[in-house]
Amino acid sequence: MKKKLSAVLSMVLSLSMLAGCAGGSKTNGASSGDTIKVGVNYELTGEVATYGTNLNDGVQMAIEEINANGGVLGKQIEAVTVDNKSSDTEAANVSARLATRDKVVALVGPATSGNTKAATPAAMQNKIPLISGSATADDVTIDAHGKVREYIFKTCFSDSFQGVMMAEFASGDLGANNAAILADSSSDYAQGLAKAFRETFTANGGKILSEEAYQAGDKDFKAVLTNLKATNPEILFIPGYYEEVGLIVRQARELGLNVPILGGDGYESPKLTELAGAENLNDVYYSSHYSPNDTAEKVVAFNEAFKAKYGKQPDAFNALGYDLGYLLKDALERAGEADSEKLKLALEATEGFEGVTGVLSIDENHNPVKSVTIIEMVEGVPTFLKKLDPK
Amino acid sequence: MEQIIQQLINGVSLGSIYALIALGYTMVYGIINLINFAHGDIYMMGAFVGYALTTFLGLGFIPSLIASMVACSILGMVVEKIAYKPLRNSSRISLLITAISVSLFLQYIMVYFIGPETRTFPNVLESNRITFFDGSVILDTKNIYILVITIILMIALQYVVHRTKIGKAMRAVALDKEAAEFMGVNVNKVISYTFAIGSALAGAAGVLVGIYYNTVDPLMGSGPGLKAFVAAVLGGIGLIPGAVFGGFFLGLVETIVSAYGGSVYKDAVAFAILILILLVKPAGLLGKNIKEKV
Repeated sequence: MKKKLSAVLSMVLSLSMLAGCAGGSKTNGASSGDTIKVGVNYELTGEVATYGTNLNDGVQMAIEEINANGGVLGKQIEAVTVDNKSSDTEAANVSARLATRDKVVALVGPATSGNTKAATPAAMQNKIPLISGSATADDVTIDAHGKVREYIFKTCFSDSFQGVMMAEFASGDLGANNAAILADSSSDYAQGLAKAFRETFTANGGKILSEEAYQAGDKDFKAVLTNLKATNPEILFIPGYYEEVGLIVRQARELGLNVPILGGDGYESPKLTELAGAENLNDVYYSSHYSPNDTAEKVVAFNEAFKAKYGKQPDAFNALGYDLGYLLKDALERAGEADSEKLKLALEATEGFEGVTGVLSIDENHNPVKSVTIIEMVEGVPTFLKKLDPK
Repeated sequence: MEQIIQQLINGVSLGSIYALIALGYTMVYGIINLINFAHGDIYMMGAFVGYALTTFLGLGFIPSLIASMVACSILGMVVEKIAYKPLRNSSRISLLITAISVSLFLQYIMVYFIGPETRTFPNVLESNRITFFDGSVILDTKNIYILVITIILMIALQYVVHRTKIGKAMRAVALDKEAAEFMGVNVNKVISYTFAIGSALAGAAGVLVGIYYNTVDPLMGSGPGLKAFVAAVLGGIGLIPGAVFGGFFLGLVETIVSAYGGSVYKDAVAFAILILILLVKPAGLLGKNIKEKV
């Protein structure tokens, strides 16, 4: 028994040494042959498979287009696509495999913030840039000590950035001088948005009249809404998810609180209209990554190409995935060769990259500085209002 | 001033929902001394029956309310026969644990079959807004419906328990099960009836709440179920007017707490009141005589 165990142990040891060697020689080995290997790690099955699949569709479409137009640096991009089954353990495993065995030059994905964090160690240890197009949590690119994770990038704005932009929208476009906040006290997402909104709105000279809280799962908001109504705010900022926001909007309108209501991308669901009732959903604005109703030339072209390929209207995840593919191409060209280290430097230097989801530059925290899309609800129908650029 | 009136309206309408659920709780407790934790989930099932009937069959408010009450009373009797009856002579703790299991079973069987997401209840009850003080106080007609139905059901229940033959049998069983049996009361039948009536009340509450908040989901019963339990204890568990009083009291307390900026603590306050009542006046605010059940 002991003999067997030691045999297994020595095998494991030698294997891990081999893996270590592979890792060490990998930075210059990524571009061997005439393809550039890119690891695509998404939730293709499991509970958040819709996110992963839609992102993957966007990424694959971009790569196909790039290859059809002659590839990048004279080479074709080869996507090594793996499924992380919506599990963080699996996300860590497959990204380690992509980094060490497939020797990819960059990692793309996963979709959720949790899985992206799980894939982070593999990218960091093997010094391969990882770009996520949808991990919106604030702490994906920054660790607990406030230090930037060197090889992690994202192309979607962070949660709290939406609070900043909605505050700009409130004081700029809506001309509001005061506001009331009603935030979900049980979610980091809503708290982050509320904090960012409060800071930016007061910095713009606005006044927060009152701040109330609710908890996910609450159904009756009339008491807090009556309180808020008594302070006569010009606008209401309600960060949270559609399940509660739908009920809040309905009850606010029932109480005669008819001021504009602002929020973040947690509003994005057809359920919002069902819960709030179409007649109550006017003067409601939220920030989003992308709108299919945007009339910008680039967006229209993408919509048509996407519909021709997949036979359906693209959503925000498709657009984010598509941008990810093109950002990679752009960065590879600027890097000059398919080398992970140079690619990382090129990604850090990204400035004014034009994507479907907006023009983006990467800031010192590896987060994008980009425009947000403001959606206005008109009789329960989400309508593209404008793209708002950061100051 | 307007704000206080508006908050009172909010509190009373929230309270009438608690009262409606608490009625069924207190009734079952009054007869067989069982805290039926599955009551909140029978209320959820009632909401789903109402949802299915209005959404897929296009039934109106009154027919779906009645159908849901019937469906829930059958469900209540089945639950009693399968889960509680075999344990009737066991200790109360095993009954309590069984009740919690039934509650979880009902919740997750619904999650399994229809999914955990929230569904929207169709708007079958026309709601009109009545405004006072130039629109600064608003009363929704849905609030009035719920209030009126709660009071009607309370009176009907009071009548059944105190003025009918089955009610007399119920009171006899509540007082002393064995003695009632010796006197020729069919105890099984009486307990079945109790569950049927209590569950029918839960079904009615489910449909009304579904319409009021226009949402239904498989876990909707656990929160209000616990609150209704608090309400029932508050008023004196086993007492029908006590349940209604407790419901209104709790609704008003929660609203007042929210009105003073403590909306996050309103649940904590509700349960703190429960603890306080159990310590100071375990028979409930309206409870006097321990023997006077139902």
